Amino acid sequence: MKFGVVVFPGSNCDHDAWYAASANLGHQAEFLWHSDSSLKSSDCVILPGGFSYGDYLRCGAIAKFSPVMASVKKFAAEGGYVMGICNGFQILTECGLLPGALVRNRGLKFICKEVLLTAATANSPYTCAIPTGAELRIPIAHGEGCYVADDATLDMLEADDRVAFRYVENPNGSLRDIAGVLNEGRNVMGMMPHPERATEPLMGSSDGRMVFESLIQSYASQLSAAK
Amino acid sequence: MSQITPEIVQAHQLTPGEYEHIVSILGREPNITELGIFSVMWSEHCSYKSSRIHLKKLPTRSKLVVCGPGENAGIIDIGKDPEGNDYCIAFKIESHNHPSFIEPFQGAATGVGGILRDIFTMGARPVAVMDALRFGPLDDPQTGARNRRIIDGVVAGIAHYGNCFGVPTVGGETVFEPSYAGNPLVNVFALGVFRKDQIFYGKATGEGNPVIYVGSKTGKDGIHGASMASAEFTEESKQKRPNVQVGDPFMEKLLLEACLEAMQTGAIAGIQDMGAAGLTCSTCEMSSRAGTGIEIDLAHVPQREQGMTPYEIMLSESQERMLLVAHKGRENEVLDVFKKWGLDARIVGTVKSDGIMRVLNHGEIVAEIPSRPLADEAPIYDRPHTKPLRKVPMEGPALRSENLTADLFTLARSEDLCSKRWIWEQYDYMVRTNTVAGPGGDAAIIRIKEIGSSVAMALDGNGRYTYLDPREGAKLMVAECCRNLSCVGAEPVAATNNLNFGNPERPEIMAQLVEAIEGMADACAFFETPITGGNVSLYNETLGEGIFPSPVMGIVGVMKTEMPVGIAFNEAGRDIYLIGGIGEADGVRMGGTQYAKQVIKDIWGLPPALDMVFEKQVQLAVREMVTSRTVESAHDVSDGGLAWALAEASFDNLIGASVDVDSDLAPELLLYHEGPSRVVVSTADGKTVETMAAKYGVPALKIGVTEAGRLKISNKGITLVDTPLATLRESWATALESKLEAEVHA
Amino acid sequence: MTAQIFVTLKKTVLDPQGQTIQRALNSMGHPEVASVRQGKYFEIELTGVDKATAEATMAKLAEDVLSNPVIEEFRIEITG
Repeated sequence: MKFGVVVFPGSNCDHDAWYAASANLGHQAEFLWHSDSSLKSSDCVILPGGFSYGDYLRCGAIAKFSPVMASVKKFAAEGGYVMGICNGFQILTECGLLPGALVRNRGLKFICKEVLLTAATANSPYTCAIPTGAELRIPIAHGEGCYVADDATLDMLEADDRVAFRYVENPNGSLRDIAGVLNEGRNVMGMMPHPERATEPLMGSSDGRMVFESLIQSYASQLSAAK
Repeated sequence: MSQITPEIVQAHQLTPGEYEHIVSILGREPNITELGIFSVMWSEHCSYKSSRIHLKKLPTRSKLVVCGPGENAGIIDIGKDPEGNDYCIAFKIESHNHPSFIEPFQGAATGVGGILRDIFTMGARPVAVMDALRFGPLDDPQTGARNRRIIDGVVAGIAHYGNCFGVPTVGGETVFEPSYAGNPLVNVFALGVFRKDQIFYGKATGEGNPVIYVGSKTGKDGIHGASMASAEFTEESKQKRPNVQVGDPFMEKLLLEACLEAMQTGAIAGIQDMGAAGLTCSTCEMSSRAGTGIEIDLAHVPQREQGMTPYEIMLSESQERMLLVAHKGRENEVLDVFKKWGLDARIVGTVKSDGIMRVLNHGEIVAEIPSRPLADEAPIYDRPHTKPLRKVPMEGPALRSENLTADLFTLARSEDLCSKRWIWEQYDYMVRTNTVAGPGGDAAIIRIKEIGSSVAMALDGNGRYTYLDPREGAKLMVAECCRNLSCVGAEPVAATNNLNFGNPERPEIMAQLVEAIEGMADACAFFETPITGGNVSLYNETLGEGIFPSPVMGIVGVMKTEMPVGIAFNEAGRDIYLIGGIGEADGVRMGGTQYAKQVIKDIWGLPPALDMVFEKQVQLAVREMVTSRTVESAHDVSDGGLAWALAEASFDNLIGASVDVDSDLAPELLLYHEGPSRVVVSTADGKTVETMAAKYGVPALKIGVTEAGRLKISNKGITLVDTPLATLRESWATALESKLEAEVHA
Repeated sequence: MTAQIFVTLKKTVLDPQGQTIQRALNSMGHPEVASVRQGKYFEIELTGVDKATAEATMAKLAEDVLSNPVIEEFRIEITG
């Protein structure tokens, strides 16, 4: 499977995502430059964490206008896997690929720590390999990670089983403890926690591997179904 | 023609003698721009004129040192990758004390930005930052509110810059003293990694090579910041707000990526960041180091405001700017890279061979100064030094505790010893996924992905010790840093220092500086940790009140990359050993301890006694126990003594200890003295611990066993301390936040 | 011509920054401060357009770029 990691000016978890996918998961990974429209035939596009364009207007607000995002939108519309992590999640909500928005943490401070997550559904390419009820130890690192949406949207997300991850203990005030959500087609997922930072024992947790392994498994079954 | 009056000279903080020297270098009177250039280059901040002759006493060389003091950062060889490429680390510590007092958020943020540029200007990618912070007490009736605002701003500023830039802030230390209320200290220790064959130096080589300016536009930021950092605070300077620069970490991140990429083209001959004294410092130092000259025209310098004078442009301290020299004919390769990253790069001048730094403005000469004398002939002062300032007695009060367990809770709730989680959770300490051990341990560990090794970093300083005895205090600081590294299994290899002192024109303050440097020199030579660079911050005084002499030391160690051994007890029922033994103490040696500070609320006497030979043996023994995984945890005894070390080891997993010792020391001393050369370890293999300790000739005292949920310490069977861990941990974990929250609800 | 654009969080969206500022103002002896909403302010200089065009363009920019319609609302004032 080939991962494409988008590099925006100000991305700073691009290398971490690349390293997790290639060195720790053993798959192909390549960087995609924001001003190129080619996705280099990636099977999954990762929008990594960081501070794209300094987050100077709103987190993720400027990145959505870059040429690569036009290709990402098209790729997503065709059913391609798109995973937004942290700033990448913010970009996905800004560009309308995912509902809701991410605002300042309830405590107003940047928070970096390991949190516990549960997969809120097994019915997604990002969670299918995660045992039901398992608590995943995965770090967060954000100042604006409080997920908000109006009640109708939240009800709809829950009715459609589109909440991907929930916090066991809500660190940032996210409504209904939401840590990650899926789009309608379930091929686009955004989450504030950093699974790429928990892909080897040296980092203190390998639980983030399950997110990648879910994807790899889904991709493989998609391939064999196509044959 | 010249309008330079003695008043103008004085306003530039130059003495009449220094002015005469300037006239003799130029062979004429300087103009105002030239005077400004000399004043910043010859300021204490840039020239180290008060400390230079003493800094020469520090050891600076070893087999591993690739580059010592004088460059932007020191460089150490750390080993080869599988293909045989040599890897190095560049690291340095720098202060941003004065700006952080005036505007805590931006002052601290730009402090981080400045040291990161020092690292990547050499070609190294910054991989870790640590901070040593000093503030006034948070609950002081007079200064508490302001102290809380300062810590809040400083921490947010460090977080803002480091998090956005994408470098993990992996730890540090924070100490509170009244003497820092008007003079907080913000010392930032940064470390970067690169290949040895890709080191860049700040040299303007090659006559005819173009000089390129890249980064933020030049504005009227921080004009005279370098001279401000070299003067005491007065009521007047509190009004100097506009002098503080605003940092742009996003710009810095782009500069980092663009510079590292441009370096790969092979078209860059030399590069230097513009820090204090901006364009002045970079042009004159680059040409001085290369023995060349440099000519720039300010008309080409991107400017943020209209109508800036040459004086303002040359002295501006606008952040996030770099000056580089490209090989002639290849400048477009460099410019293309910057364009790709959306950065404004301009050719502003040319390298010359005449040894002159020549500044033009639209073709007209506005400054013409020989570079080498400007950079290197700054006055050097052997300032008079007498006996170090000391206003406290040798003997302290009799120590008669009414409740030794309550004392332990007092320590747990104290600002110095309580959990600093509130601070470090605001820092992204994991970005780049190299943080094997982050904040909260004895030392941070950063794995270097390219090779099989990791780098451990320890940062330490103890103003009380140095105040009581500058020489011994400095030695203790070096010893503790090395001990911290040994506790995670790393071998200390090199050091960087930040010397924060008061006004060097006072002989009793100068004496503190001289003795601290000499003590540091002795200890660094003994522990084989040469000092490869650092920073001196003097005049840390407000309204005549000086800080405790506060040297801060950053030491790096090298180790194999593997799962870390931490400070915390992991399992109940393990044997606890005290490597190095109970140690020596008396009432005089208690005067600088946390017990004296927090419980007795006083200071007296002397710092703990250090035997460096014994210390080294203890460290060797502990390092072998850790690297061989004979021990499951290791934590050195330092601030707060044995009782506090045991408490800290108990918090993470709520696995405590049941300890009984056999000592004739008074209970207060036994529990809370801070004698060095002691490490608490837990092990399932006591026999091997004893054998290893014996091999190095140090005692390994079996003092007890780990026990879930409880901390109990007794002497000869008489209970001294006994407490459930949960309550002790709660006091420790919530103290800082509750003191800071007082702000909002006041 | 100058366009002033004020972007604030929608009334229905929690504004923790505003609340914190309000608490601070209250504690500084101003109990009369009943609520604080904070936001962003943009000052945009325009040349070579008439007011009607400017209004239309600014509204579009505010809607598409300067604000996030999911959580924010905006107000435009054009002068000069």
